[in-house]
Amino acid sequence: MFKKATTSFNCKVSSLLITLFSSQTFAAWDDVNMTEGVTAISKGVFELHMLIFWICVVIGVIVFGVMFYSMFAYTKKKNPNPSTFHENTKVELAWTIVPFLILVFMAIPASNTLTTIYDDSEGDINIQVVGYQWKWQYKYLEDEIDFFSNLTTDLDEIYNKTPKGEHYLEEVDEVVVIPTGKKIRFLITANDVIHSWWMPDFAIKQDAIPGFINTAWTIVDKPGTYRGKCTELCGKNHAFMPIVVKVVPQDEYDAWVRNKKEEAFKMAELTEKNWTAEELTQRGEGVYQKNCVACHRVNGQGLTGIFPALAGSDIVLNNKAKHIEILMEGVQGAAMQSFSNQLSEVDMASVITYTRQAWGNAQDGDGQIVVPKDIVEYKEPKA
Amino acid sequence: MSAVIESHDHEHHHGPAKGITRWLYTTNHKDIGTLYLWFSFTMFLIGGAMAMVIRAELFQPGMQIVEPEFYNQMLTLHGLIMVFGAVMPAFVGLANWLVPMMVGAPDMALPRMNNLSFWILPIAFTVLLSSLFMEGGAPNFGWTFYAPLSTTYAPPSVTFFIFSVHIMGASSIMGSINVIVTIMNMRAPGMTLMKMPLFVWSWLITAYLLIAVMPVLAGAVTMMLMDIHFGTSFFNAAGGGDPVLFQHIFWFFGHPEVYIMILPAFGITSHIIETFSRKQLFGHTSMVWAMTSIAILSFVVWAHHMFTVGMPLAAELFFMWATMLIAVPTGVKVFNWVATMFKGSISYETPMLFSIAFVVLFTIGGFSGLMLAITPADFQYHDTYFVVAHFHYVLVPGSIFAIMAAVYFWIPKWTGNMYDERLGKLHFWLSFIGVNVTFFPQHWIGLAGMPRRVPDYALQFADWNMVSTVGAFLFGASQILFLFIVIKTVMGGKKATPEVWEGARGLEWTVESPPPYHTFTTPPKVSQ
Repeated sequence: MFKKATTSFNCKVSSLLITLFSSQTFAAWDDVNMTEGVTAISKGVFELHMLIFWICVVIGVIVFGVMFYSMFAYTKKKNPNPSTFHENTKVELAWTIVPFLILVFMAIPASNTLTTIYDDSEGDINIQVVGYQWKWQYKYLEDEIDFFSNLTTDLDEIYNKTPKGEHYLEEVDEVVVIPTGKKIRFLITANDVIHSWWMPDFAIKQDAIPGFINTAWTIVDKPGTYRGKCTELCGKNHAFMPIVVKVVPQDEYDAWVRNKKEEAFKMAELTEKNWTAEELTQRGEGVYQKNCVACHRVNGQGLTGIFPALAGSDIVLNNKAKHIEILMEGVQGAAMQSFSNQLSEVDMASVITYTRQAWGNAQDGDGQIVVPKDIVEYKEPKA
Repeated sequence: MSAVIESHDHEHHHGPAKGITRWLYTTNHKDIGTLYLWFSFTMFLIGGAMAMVIRAELFQPGMQIVEPEFYNQMLTLHGLIMVFGAVMPAFVGLANWLVPMMVGAPDMALPRMNNLSFWILPIAFTVLLSSLFMEGGAPNFGWTFYAPLSTTYAPPSVTFFIFSVHIMGASSIMGSINVIVTIMNMRAPGMTLMKMPLFVWSWLITAYLLIAVMPVLAGAVTMMLMDIHFGTSFFNAAGGGDPVLFQHIFWFFGHPEVYIMILPAFGITSHIIETFSRKQLFGHTSMVWAMTSIAILSFVVWAHHMFTVGMPLAAELFFMWATMLIAVPTGVKVFNWVATMFKGSISYETPMLFSIAFVVLFTIGGFSGLMLAITPADFQYHDTYFVVAHFHYVLVPGSIFAIMAAVYFWIPKWTGNMYDERLGKLHFWLSFIGVNVTFFPQHWIGLAGMPRRVPDYALQFADWNMVSTVGAFLFGASQILFLFIVIKTVMGGKKATPEVWEGARGLEWTVESPPPYHTFTTPPKVSQ
């Protein structure tokens, strides 16, 4: 009976262990270790990481082994008369020199990998990456494709009103698309504060610094969708500006490029079109949600002391020219940045119109709308 | 002649003044040490409460209890308060209590400056904390306050932050001058530099580091002030400035600063391990050289905090190699402690438990530090929770455990009462479990890709964040027990002998427990 009890206990323990290690919760090795990634560089980095890790483990086992042995073998009870030695030149020299040699052994592969990473020659495709509070802009320098990439996770998910999706906080409206097998060079900079562009699967992390252009490169052979994040504190929505890169075969990439160019052409047509106030307001609401709510809030109230309210603002109500100027140029010395490169003429006009119409502003102010043509005129050099 | 009369006059005032003026006007190193320690503990609780807000928000993915703006204010103030308000003043407090007694001096060399350097600290932190109630909120750019987030994009309260950093810096510099002058001029006859106790040595080195780098920090914040209010562009790229310059200046201060927070812990640990191993410390001289090497190296490794800013290859290689080199003297210290325990006669009172935990857990922090030194791997670790785990391992079970060990070790000397050993051990085990449950999983979520300084995270990090939060609350709660134990010991308890611990070495154990208000008015003679 006793034996039976033990067996059933063993059963329970082993099934517990199995559930612990096989269940989704604590299982995957990926959830507790660095990713191996998908490039030659990232695999090299992973190997360095594991090498230094095991070196530390071995040193730890030896040092803590001696320590724990001493703790048990030389207690006051077991060893009432302590030894009196307090130095030993040979031992001391040994434990200075041996660690030094281990470090040299470690420094060699690390320096080699680093030298490989440091190659800033041109890529087959060069993409400029610009960090903004709180989104990324990507400009394909050869194909003149230019877009912003915003988080798409719904605010309701973030505020726990609806269940969180699979790619919670790791999903964007426009992904970066690159072809397999080509050398892609990223030219990384920022528009406002310092951000950092991190793609763990490529082992790339480069700070995006205003006034500087940092480079990084990668060659990815494995198609797939890879997810990364901003890793430099860049203000309140730092956690909400993810990076998604989709690696596709060359032909699929070419198709994507064609498609992007067509979109740009259609956008140009839209600028020419005659817009009504309703159309602009409707479009503008979407633009506002993407670009403005972070600071000025859904209700246009902003945040006292840092982000001015738009609802009832004198400029928004009655000063159309100044209103356009602020969005185009930004405000010196404040968080308000210039949106002239971020928004198309259509989006610029519609978001201005939206803020002039929403929250009762249309009734309180002059109710003037702004059409894309106004923005085009603003951009033309003043005669 | 008048000097003689004055000193005769002093003979009539042995004890402290009565009431609040005792603490306001005091120039007594023991009183000022006590003030520093209580101030530090208060800040530890305030900074700890902020850590609880952070961990509570991270308990689950999604935004639950605070908004991202406030979260960033919490993480900024938590860092600043713990570094400048909790750890540094605690070590200054210990230096005040112990350095004069260890070198056989009657007091600190510059007692009035000592009073001033303490009393400007509460002012600095009142200014800093008051920013929480200002329009636009408290500083929200992290304790490293990288420009331009801390200049062009900062809330208006940044100006108050700058002034408070200036005051803290002035306090630290005055404290360091005092320590150096005391050690250099007031050692008892016969106490040569190499005979000095290691805590005194560790503080001598720390004080030099402080004098070297606090002015650099003051320079950095002054340049920020100029950028914000006087139209300069030190750190503003649009005006021809350089945001990376800020990081170079900051970390030239910042790296020695992290050693400022660990060197005195090395000193404390050496004393405690030799006492409870009942065996002379192994390698006293090599300990001194190891600390000196660490201090010198600390000036040439700063850019390992900046491997991702886009430095040239040569710089990355240099800073990688220099950083790895620090492992050698640090290793020597750990080996010396282990060798001290080897063939000792060890007993496990609370200070020893904290010190052993210090050696093990600080070494784990050292290992992750070594990993972080490997530049290519750092590209993956940098600014993730792996870094958070690393520096919390060297600061919490590192510096903080050493401070707690010191309090348990010397509180019988300070108060004349033994602390409650059972409660002390309970406090140790709760803290030990709490600290590991909090910070060990952070290595994993960092490696798996969770950035630091985020109020919300992707779902794959949820489980270990929950575990970490549970640990944090356990650790936080167990510090209330610490407060209780300390108060209980101050109020009463078993009377302590002058020696307190069997075979304890050092001049402080030759005076009564508690020591008279003025000790060593005639210097003792150090022989051996």
